Amino acid sequence: MKTTRVIVGPQELLNACCTVINDHGRFITMVASDECGMGIDRFVVRYIFAHDGKSMLTVVESVVPESDPTYPSVSSMIPAASWAEREAHDLFGIFPIGHPDLRPLVLHEHWPEGVYPLRKDYALTEKQEQDFSRSWSYPKVEGEGVFEVPVGPIHAGVIEPGHFRFQVMGDSVLHLEAKLFYTHRGIEKRSEGMPVEKGLYLAERICGVCSVSHALSYVQAIENISGTEVPERATFLRVLFAEMERLYNHVGDIGNMCAGIGYAYGINHGARLKEQLMQMNDFVIGHRFLRGSIALGGITENITEEKLMFIEVTLQQVQKDLNEIVGQILSHDTVVNRFSNAGVLSEQIARELFTVGPTARASNYDVDVRRDLPYAAYSQLAFDVPTLTQGDVLARFKQRFLEARQSFQIIEQVIKNMPKGDICVPIGDLHPYSFGIGITESPRGENLHFVMTGENNTIYRYRVRSAPYANWPAVPLCVPGNIIPDFPLINKSFELCYACCDR
Amino acid sequence: MIEIEEKLSSRIKQCFGRSLHIRHVDSGSCNGCEFETTALMNPVYDIQRFGIDFVASPRHADMLLVTGGVTRNLEEALRKTYEAVAHPKMLVAIGACACVGGMIGSTYANLGGVDKIFPVSVYVPGCPPRPQAILEGILHAIERSHELESPRKGNGAYATGTSNV
Ligand code: SF4
Repeated sequence: MKTTRVIVGPQELLNACCTVINDHGRFITMVASDECGMGIDRFVVRYIFAHDGKSMLTVVESVVPESDPTYPSVSSMIPAASWAEREAHDLFGIFPIGHPDLRPLVLHEHWPEGVYPLRKDYALTEKQEQDFSRSWSYPKVEGEGVFEVPVGPIHAGVIEPGHFRFQVMGDSVLHLEAKLFYTHRGIEKRSEGMPVEKGLYLAERICGVCSVSHALSYVQAIENISGTEVPERATFLRVLFAEMERLYNHVGDIGNMCAGIGYAYGINHGARLKEQLMQMNDFVIGHRFLRGSIALGGITENITEEKLMFIEVTLQQVQKDLNEIVGQILSHDTVVNRFSNAGVLSEQIARELFTVGPTARASNYDVDVRRDLPYAAYSQLAFDVPTLTQGDVLARFKQRFLEARQSFQIIEQVIKNMPKGDICVPIGDLHPYSFGIGITESPRGENLHFVMTGENNTIYRYRVRSAPYANWPAVPLCVPGNIIPDFPLINKSFELCYACCDR
Repeated sequence: MIEIEEKLSSRIKQCFGRSLHIRHVDSGSCNGCEFETTALMNPVYDIQRFGIDFVASPRHADMLLVTGGVTRNLEEALRKTYEAVAHPKMLVAIGACACVGGMIGSTYANLGGVDKIFPVSVYVPGCPPRPQAILEGILHAIERSHELESPRKGNGAYATGTSNV
């Protein structure tokens, strides 16, 4: 992938970003870094844009000096940049002037002010006392008959933590405020100084259920720096693993969405098929989540003909069952009734917030980096990118089914056309202080990894923009007007992982 | 597997009448350990047939199942949940992160292991442990439950034998 760098002063940032947007650039994220180790004074912000269909990225970057750590916020023009700028404020202490909402994001209010853990002079394991005197502030709706319902961070089921405040009138939600980043573990800081080979294991553990996609984004970023050509057979096997990951997620989510309305038939069949797929993963790779399959320069282990045949046979059966189950679910009036018009994400919001993945595509925003910024062997395979227009829970349900059908087809082609040859090549030494970007389409949408190398093949800065990070800001906007009991359903239909958002 | 299942049902009957109630807490996991815990309830493992159920309130729980290495942002919530569980407090640490911090370990935002703040009855290693290993961990915890007094006098816990992956 070709990357064009546009280097400007802080004052020209906003203009430069707008120029790229007007040139049909799609905003992905902003990456901040502390580059004092490279003799730069001191911080750098990089706004990353994709040019879909042209396999091209534009990076607009500017130095932010330590003496005056401010830069004009881009969020007023590009609302999708809001979180990234808030995060950089939390972790690096650089101030986006004019940002509409600089409340703490990643580090909650109990973190002391003026302490910035991602600066290079902050030690990885240094802990800070919790200051419980400060409380969380958030916008409220007030008035007669308006009540507030707090939920979480620990939820009733076996699910991840997040805190939600619903302001309601009767059953109807007027406003939803979500507080996330409870599972912020400091993964990016942990990676600094790690050998790049070890960083791969960390990348796989950002998110359990998108391990392949994260691992792939990571190795692509590194291969981007080293200029490595991955052997053809490995590119095909990478596609195979990525689609196996998509399948167990999509099939599992089809069942999970039924859990949002307590529809036992859908829940149990979804869970059964997902288990079958995960057992297939285990048999093929030796890991139910396909961890350990991707390597720098290729893949870790060859897949034998017998295993490929086993995949083919298993998937034929799963596909048959899935068709039947989805047909059954969608023939149920109650299901269709609950799914329709719930949690509508309008096309306009989907586009303005640069949402990604099945969420975006179910709202008629046609983005998929497998087609738009092709990687591995995707450019050699024929597949459709389905889209729907309604943007409600029903659309997101159908979207997953349509995409699963494409995945079956992709895997079929991969197995049929599997080239022979090597599966891995050495990546060689990496030039210190260069950066690479890897982008892949996970089951939840595009994951971007930015890796900057340090001395001796180590990591200097690592930033991960996962698909949920792009989509979470859209969720609270889809809830007002719905009733509280529909929230679990709406939330499940987005199926946004917290772990890879929070890192 | 069948041996574990038989032992598990009979120990649950002996120790808890007919049911064991578990409260799960994600203290900062990657979602992998959650998926495997959820898998216990799918039609293949179906742990409800042993009388095990996951409950919404820690006050109804006989056992805490913790995943993740305790992030700074969740420490308080985990403490409150732990306090709400009735004595004797059985705590099972699921996965490398909950056991020892895993790949992430101790950072500015992560404590790196549940036993940094609470005594752990059983450690179930793995990243994530397979559903069978989680089940075995639950069985070990029940077998040790008589060692727990109220309030608990903490002593050495042990790890399960089926470390996976
Ligand atoms: S032990 Fe592994 S699977 Fe479990 S939370 Fe930690 S990284 Fe994820």
